[in-house]
Amino acid sequence: MSQVSDSQQKVKFYQTGTFTAGNRLLDEQHRSVQATMDRCNSLDSGHRACQGCGEALGARYAIDAAMRATGNQLIAANATGCLEVFTTPYPETAWSMPWIHSLFGNASAVASGIAAAMKVKGREDVRVIAQGGDGGTTDIGFGCLSGTFDRNDDVLYICYNNQAYMNTGVQRSSATPGAARTATTMPVGENPGNVFGTGKNVPLVAMAHQIPYVATASVHDLHDLEYKVTRAMEVRGARYIEIFVPCPLGWGSKPGDTVKLARLAVESGMYPLIEAEDGEISGVTRIRNRVNVEEYLKLQRRFAHVLKPANANQLEQLQAIADRNIKRFDLCRVEEEQL
Amino acid sequence: MLKQIEGSHAVAEAVALCRPEVISAYPITPQTHIVEDLGTLVKDGTIENCEFLLVESEFGALSACIGSSAAGARSYTATSSQGMLFMMEAVYNASGMGLPIVMTVGNRAIGAPINIWNDWGDSMSARDAGWLQLFVESNQQAVDVHIQAFKLAEELSLPVMVCMDGFILTHSYSQVDIPEQSQVDEFLPAFEPRQVLDPAAPLSMGAMVGPEAFTEVRFLGHQKQLDALDLIPQQAAEFEAIFGRDSGGLIKSFESEGAETVVITLGSVIGTMKEVLAGMRDDGHSIGALTIRSFRPFPSDALRAALKDAKRVIVFEKCLAVGMGGIVSMNVRMALKDSDTLVQSVIGGLGGRPITRAGLRRMFEKGLRDELEEPHFHDINMDIVNRELEREKQQRRSGSVAENILRDGGVVAAAKTI
Ligand SMILES: Cc1ncc(C[n+]2csc(CCOP(=O)(O)OP(=O)(O)O)c2C)c(N)n1
Ligand code: SF4
Ligand SMILES: [Mg+2]
Repeated sequence: MSQVSDSQQKVKFYQTGTFTAGNRLLDEQHRSVQATMDRCNSLDSGHRACQGCGEALGARYAIDAAMRATGNQLIAANATGCLEVFTTPYPETAWSMPWIHSLFGNASAVASGIAAAMKVKGREDVRVIAQGGDGGTTDIGFGCLSGTFDRNDDVLYICYNNQAYMNTGVQRSSATPGAARTATTMPVGENPGNVFGTGKNVPLVAMAHQIPYVATASVHDLHDLEYKVTRAMEVRGARYIEIFVPCPLGWGSKPGDTVKLARLAVESGMYPLIEAEDGEISGVTRIRNRVNVEEYLKLQRRFAHVLKPANANQLEQLQAIADRNIKRFDLCRVEEEQL
Repeated sequence: MLKQIEGSHAVAEAVALCRPEVISAYPITPQTHIVEDLGTLVKDGTIENCEFLLVESEFGALSACIGSSAAGARSYTATSSQGMLFMMEAVYNASGMGLPIVMTVGNRAIGAPINIWNDWGDSMSARDAGWLQLFVESNQQAVDVHIQAFKLAEELSLPVMVCMDGFILTHSYSQVDIPEQSQVDEFLPAFEPRQVLDPAAPLSMGAMVGPEAFTEVRFLGHQKQLDALDLIPQQAAEFEAIFGRDSGGLIKSFESEGAETVVITLGSVIGTMKEVLAGMRDDGHSIGALTIRSFRPFPSDALRAALKDAKRVIVFEKCLAVGMGGIVSMNVRMALKDSDTLVQSVIGGLGGRPITRAGLRRMFEKGLRDELEEPHFHDINMDIVNRELEREKQQRRSGSVAENILRDGGVVAAAKTI
């Protein structure tokens, strides 16, 4: 582990160990582009997210990709949560797109209403997205979300999954992993942290609604994220994308480790990247450089207790979850073939 | 056109005439027939250019209306009772955002104990939510006030509830004059909001507002309601000019001018009351009545003026602020705080308890003798209450109150014999 204190952490402008061939070696259309004159910057600078906020990064790339895919004909409905709060401190807004916040649990219903309005106005070229955190999606907004899926409304719902209720001070949600420390699952007593065997996998639940498109993405692979959002916008009907967004404040990680953590979550098997069409898995992102979950856990204070010898069984359980994901979604086939 | 139709169907036809663009609702008795009929009218093409959303809950229903209204579509929903409570967070949100949604409330009691029959508990639970609340007396008025509601909502940029007694109005058949489309089009212009969600002119709606401006936002909401006190009578007059009917307005007098005693109420119960009071006037009593048609905003000035000669007011209301007393009477007392008029509070018709002419007459006569307790529970069966109180005294931990009461009332006993 790094001996450098948080405040002195070295700034790195490159990633290592990513198998990245380098942007310049790719042909034009496959290159990741950070900034161009015509990038819409729908989520503009000046917002108040914490340093290293994965949600801000994910939202910026997801929304800009959706803007590009729709020729900037896009409206967003936002659930209450960090993304809403840090982007719209009165009387400012960081959104340079039509954006509405109503409540914590109704973003998808509000978006369904907007989509209905666009339909009657003959403006079906205008597309609608709903977005919220994991709490606003998998817990309190779950009923409305399921309703939007059920009706197959023309809405893309994007969930920024940072695995807890961050905006209210890091409480457990149904997306919080086993053993994780949150303010409501403290690492005390027997089986410290969040209990195992609870929670729900909303991408799979979304698939069970047979909606046309479901995908998971992660902020370490922005190119893949942009591809999935673009793909989603090619389809009409209800679509769901969940983006894995590390939260330095809630996870007790270094702001500079956000992208690394997102990558380690995927490469350990803790967060599988999948795509599904009409309820069937249509693609998975293979792990190229498999790591043990410990590599992922050790950079986060929320899992510090897991690495103590007394809690070895928790580490085993987390590894078992990663192993099961890898087996279930066949995440390591390429690697095995290569060996 | 004159039709002999069900109240719910009449409302559906009225809403259809208002050219709604998005309708979103969830089933609950006694509001259901309205949205069922609207669903058919959308499907069969009677209502053109309208999206009908079948949602998963009342919370989803009103939330969808929030989205569609913010995007510039005329939006409508309806609910009752538990549905109102289930959507309550969105109820406050819609008014806070100034979205001109129209919602019918088929007034029904709130549980527990679950009860599908009429009282005003649901509308009253939202009385401070920032919506206009217009109560109607008949199905004709339900039709007329819905048409006015859209215009009011869109002029004020505030949502409006049209409150109609469940079953008594929603499920009763009566003769209703359904206006012509051309009349409605003349009265109600197209919805042209000043700001909408539009990629051509991006804006952020519903952003957080802190202590630095929240008071001002609330003040403006209050001010808009006060503005409605002028607008409501104005639009009722415009409506009368086109449709030839007196519907809407703030209050309505039924021979209350100059009467010594004035009965105040809301909604359809005035129908029964009018007959009782006519009989009492024939017997020499100086008594009239007045209905409050706009409960929010509350027409304090209009009431004061109308009651300036009254010695005694009897407020009859189908709702109760538990631990406090009457809700309407509390508001009436506030309006009359500087006058000597005696205000008596009568709570009746809760959970659909029938309101009979004989019962009303007995109660009014008691009122004329100034013998009504504060508040007076109309037609209450004190035997049931006392038996329950007795039981509770004997044993601190008795069973469910509702169970005991049902046993006393004979329902459980009867069910066991089946
Ligand atoms: C009905 C309701 N309940 C609770 C809250 C409080 N609340 C606001 S944001 C939030 C947490 C948001 O968590 P999540 O959706 O995961 O988004 P994050 O902040 O983590 O991005 C909570 C609990 C609320 N605003 N409304
Ligand atoms: S608490 Fe987490 S999600 Fe919220 S702004 Fe900070 S880093 Fe982002
Ligand atoms: Mg979260």
